[in-house]
Amino acid sequence: MKRSLAGRIWPNATAVVLAIGFVFPVYWMFNTAFKPTQDIITEDPVWFPLHGTFEHFATAVNAPNFWTLAGNSVIVTVLAVGLSLLIALCGAFAIARMRFKGRKGILLTFMVAQMAPWEVMVISIYMIVRDADMLNSLLPLTCFYMLMVLPFTLLTLRGYVAAVPKELEESAMVDGCTRRQAFTKVVFPLLAPGLMATSLFGFITAWNEFPLVLVLNKEPAMGTLPLWLSQFQSQFGDDWGATMAAASIFALPILVLFLFLQRKAVGGLTSGAVKG
Amino acid sequence: MAVQLDDGAERTAPGTGKGGAPPENGAPPAGRPPRLPGRRAPRLPARRTPLPSARRAPYLLLLPALLATALFLGWPMARNALLSFQNLNMKELIQHLTDWRGTGNYQEILGSEQFWRVTFRTVVFTGVNVVLIMVLGVLIGLLLARLGKKMRLALSAALVLAWAMPVIAATTVFQWLFDSRYGVLNWVLDRLGWHSMAHYDWVGTQLSTFFVITVLIVWQSLPFVALNLYAATTTIPKELYEAARMDGAGTWKVFTSVTFPFLKPFFLATTFLEVIWVFKAFPQIFAINEGGPERLTETLPIYAFTEGVGNLHFGMGAAISLLTIVVLLAMTAYYLRLTVKQEQQEENEL
Repeated sequence: MKRSLAGRIWPNATAVVLAIGFVFPVYWMFNTAFKPTQDIITEDPVWFPLHGTFEHFATAVNAPNFWTLAGNSVIVTVLAVGLSLLIALCGAFAIARMRFKGRKGILLTFMVAQMAPWEVMVISIYMIVRDADMLNSLLPLTCFYMLMVLPFTLLTLRGYVAAVPKELEESAMVDGCTRRQAFTKVVFPLLAPGLMATSLFGFITAWNEFPLVLVLNKEPAMGTLPLWLSQFQSQFGDDWGATMAAASIFALPILVLFLFLQRKAVGGLTSGAVKG
Repeated sequence: MAVQLDDGAERTAPGTGKGGAPPENGAPPAGRPPRLPGRRAPRLPARRTPLPSARRAPYLLLLPALLATALFLGWPMARNALLSFQNLNMKELIQHLTDWRGTGNYQEILGSEQFWRVTFRTVVFTGVNVVLIMVLGVLIGLLLARLGKKMRLALSAALVLAWAMPVIAATTVFQWLFDSRYGVLNWVLDRLGWHSMAHYDWVGTQLSTFFVITVLIVWQSLPFVALNLYAATTTIPKELYEAARMDGAGTWKVFTSVTFPFLKPFFLATTFLEVIWVFKAFPQIFAINEGGPERLTETLPIYAFTEGVGNLHFGMGAAISLLTIVVLLAMTAYYLRLTVKQEQQEENEL
């Protein structure tokens, strides 16, 4: 069906406007981070960082403990997401492929677990961790972050597991694979895109978590990057250059990870689903 | 790792169960609740009698997840529930004192006008945001499907960038965009002729603060809905569209008679998630203005945090947080019930 000229122009025009709207805040963050201060604090915005500078990044990175906190963040996030993927995959497999007593109840438990008010539970968590003498340690953080992302991970993976045709597994077993081999050689590779897509959510959540680490790990060297980012804002007051540089550094790993994983995730997801 | 035996005939007839309870819909064979786009793999009946060891398998597989949940969520929750019956302030916390207060905290909260006002505000706030996110997200998703390849890639990339921005970084950036003196937004509005906006203080009033928060949340949430909706539409068989067009259906009719029924499970699951995410939005609201001005933009999570952690009435905070869960459960009850019903149906089909 031929579309009229207007019918061809408006979708593209809308798309351009939308794309600008979605990119602009991200662009403005990097733009501000690279501009010298007199170009930031000005009545007329400077749209391109023509006099680019790294001074704000230097300020941000030279804040005390930056590298330690970055290391902590990476450790806690990777461990929490890795563990939750592993645990959730087992559970998702059971819920998607097996019938057993209590299945509905368990399913409901995880759906409701997504609603947990973590921000307010910090006090009870603080008391538990304090009584276990584990304050200022990365271990409790890892465990609780893992659980923050576990319900979503499990429920999402369950959908991905259900999408893998059972016949594939069965034919692998007819061809002489054990159940375990059928899983690792046939099912698991098909689940890889799903695991990647799901892990994104976990990475973002754990990377961003703020209230819990604020309460549990008061020792400056045991914090994570969100603490650094927030301290920064109050420390420098209206120093938007340094704040934006810090925000850029904070956002960059996730942005890169996302651009890398997301294509595989959405692509794999759809192609896998259609041919089921 | 043990692998399944027998889930037999479940889902042999993908069309039957899914649409589930309420208004019956024609088809949607697409998968199950927290599903991202379409999974529907018709299963052949392959029933075997489970061996005793296989009967234990699902429990063993679920054991780590359940244990972790009990330990790291159940325990703090139980502790939180206990706290909600206590008079727990800084003194009690430091000296490890336990001062039971019965249902005093709950009576105080339920009797306060403030709580009900915040609850109402939270429900409206969640509703407005979720409707905006779903409607705009679906429109952008459909737009993606209509674009040429290059343009689609460009818009997708933009969406992914926004989606990937960590909440805290994004919140900081929005504070800067909306900054009253040097913020770029006020400058643009001024240039466009709206001169009273030149140094407008966005966090000065309740409505404008909510506006900033809503723009931030919608901006962050749209990519998830749009990209997943687009991916989901690609799983709809082309013949359905062709048939609808042949019958002379317009764009709106095609959406209501093909796209929507087919993707209904997707819409339900996404709405459910968005309700939870918006309702629980914490850093966005807190960082923009800490629930201000004059506590007028506090939603339930912020209210619980301010009362509990901020004002050091930990018992009160715990009680509010439990009431918060009740409100959220009420808001999502429809979907939870629907899911349980569908599962029941599936199991009955065995």
